[in-house]
Amino acid sequence: MEILIVLEDNHGSLHRMSKEAIAGAQKMGGSVSALAIGSNAESLAAELSGTDLTEVITVNHDLVSSYNADGYAEVVKQVVETEGPKTIVAGHSYQTRDFMPRVSAKLDIPFIPDIISMDDGFVKQVLNAKLNASVTTGSGQMILSFQSAAFSEDDIVSGECAPRSFDVDLDSSVVRSQSEEPFQEAAGDVDLESADLIVSVGRGIEKEENVPLAFELAEVLGAEVSASRPVVDSGWVESFRQVGSSGQNVSPKLYFSLGISGAIQHVVGMKGSKNIIAVNKDPDAPIFELADYAVVGDLLEIVPKLIEALQTE
Amino acid sequence: MKIAVLVKQVPGSESALPISGEQTWIDEHMVSFVMNPPDNFALEEALLINETEGDGEVVIVSMGPARVQKVIREGLAKGADRGIHLEEDGRIETDPLSIAKRFSSVLKEENFDLILTGLQSDDMGMGQTGILIGELLGMSTATLAMETDVQNGSIRVKRELESGWFQWVKMPLPASISIQSGLNTPRYPSLKGIMGAKKKEVKVVSSGEHQTASKSQSIDKVFVPQTTKQTEVIEGDADAAVTRIVEILKSEIKIL
Repeated sequence: MEILIVLEDNHGSLHRMSKEAIAGAQKMGGSVSALAIGSNAESLAAELSGTDLTEVITVNHDLVSSYNADGYAEVVKQVVETEGPKTIVAGHSYQTRDFMPRVSAKLDIPFIPDIISMDDGFVKQVLNAKLNASVTTGSGQMILSFQSAAFSEDDIVSGECAPRSFDVDLDSSVVRSQSEEPFQEAAGDVDLESADLIVSVGRGIEKEENVPLAFELAEVLGAEVSASRPVVDSGWVESFRQVGSSGQNVSPKLYFSLGISGAIQHVVGMKGSKNIIAVNKDPDAPIFELADYAVVGDLLEIVPKLIEALQTE
Repeated sequence: MKIAVLVKQVPGSESALPISGEQTWIDEHMVSFVMNPPDNFALEEALLINETEGDGEVVIVSMGPARVQKVIREGLAKGADRGIHLEEDGRIETDPLSIAKRFSSVLKEENFDLILTGLQSDDMGMGQTGILIGELLGMSTATLAMETDVQNGSIRVKRELESGWFQWVKMPLPASISIQSGLNTPRYPSLKGIMGAKKKEVKVVSSGEHQTASKSQSIDKVFVPQTTKQTEVIEGDADAAVTRIVEILKSEIKIL
């Protein structure tokens, strides 16, 4: 086995980033297998029955029926020790960030996280995404995680694969933490993930009193309103409108970004947008690297005039 | 409670970032450094826990060249009790496993109940050092804590999951936990705190005392990202910008 993909169970089905990891792993070449852990392992494997993989290894054990870092790290360790993959791959999800460093330390295998491309070594963003770094390792084995949308699930090569159950040796002394049921704090009725047009507001809006400007622009465009994390943390916009690694992942026809600098945590949630118009005072704002239209200027001056112009259209 | 806060000094968000001659990192001479912003939240959480629990200490631990003593003093000024500086001379370490082993060798004898870190550094963004250390020292671990609740010999942590989901996890101490930014409001140092910080102990551990032979990953080169996207830059006065935006919405994106 050359590559082992550690799959993630997202409320009963395969996590989007696991699918992207499969596309990335297939691109690397060599034999690719996947590992599904937990009470849904068989159904995750079944989702992949039409995918070109050597096999899907399934682990189902009472101590890892649902996710916990202690158990998952131990399971991945045992599978890697037995199967000996050169490369262990996962999506750079919150869950991967939670347990994969433990695997790295247990096995003394380097973990290169948050990779955006493999065109020139393993490329990751550094210094707030202002520079890229090409990272390499001299180690015989390595762990990689791919940033959201680094690869596309549309590129998954189809074929066949069968599940194989793997017996782990776990006892309760390994799982020291007790995990309660996951819960949602505020669920709104806004469906950002399927919205066609989005007006998104960032710190550049300056004050809570200015936030209605974004809603007015959205109204004349027939768009939904989203926000970046700092605006949500300030309590100016509800948390269910947050876009980014800790919020929603959106890919609208138009993402109209107002005063968002483009921190990487935000960008991973919206870079799949078909068209991006970004308004920002700072000509060096990272969001402009991504934008189709980079409007350098004061949104507090531009947006009211734009609303007025659109009303007369 | 004996709490360690791992603090990193990183280039400020407004700093120039000139690429160094050998192109493997930036030329530090022109860089202005700050405390890694996520670490501010870890420090604040440590101070809050210590205030609630009482009768403990908060220790700032940082690795790097002499300049990192500035962020250690900043932590002491905000109320931490003492500092440990893992001195680095010459090349800055960027390999997370080596970094974690070096920290572990120094932290081991301190027997901390709790190690807190920011969720990731603004420079390398590896996001794993605290968890690696936790595993190496046989501690419980958790990431992206939004709330902490210390109970007898254990800690309950509200972890942030994706897409607005959360989960409470309870684990025995000692534990190494990464803190999500925004969970608290970091304090400013008082004048009294700044004066008092000068008298607090900062132990310097020379680089020879925390060496590790392993070198598992390294940066080959750094470079400015090339965008493949054609970006139309719209500058000038607001009226001209508005006219152009309306035109784009109408005839290019075609949503009007």
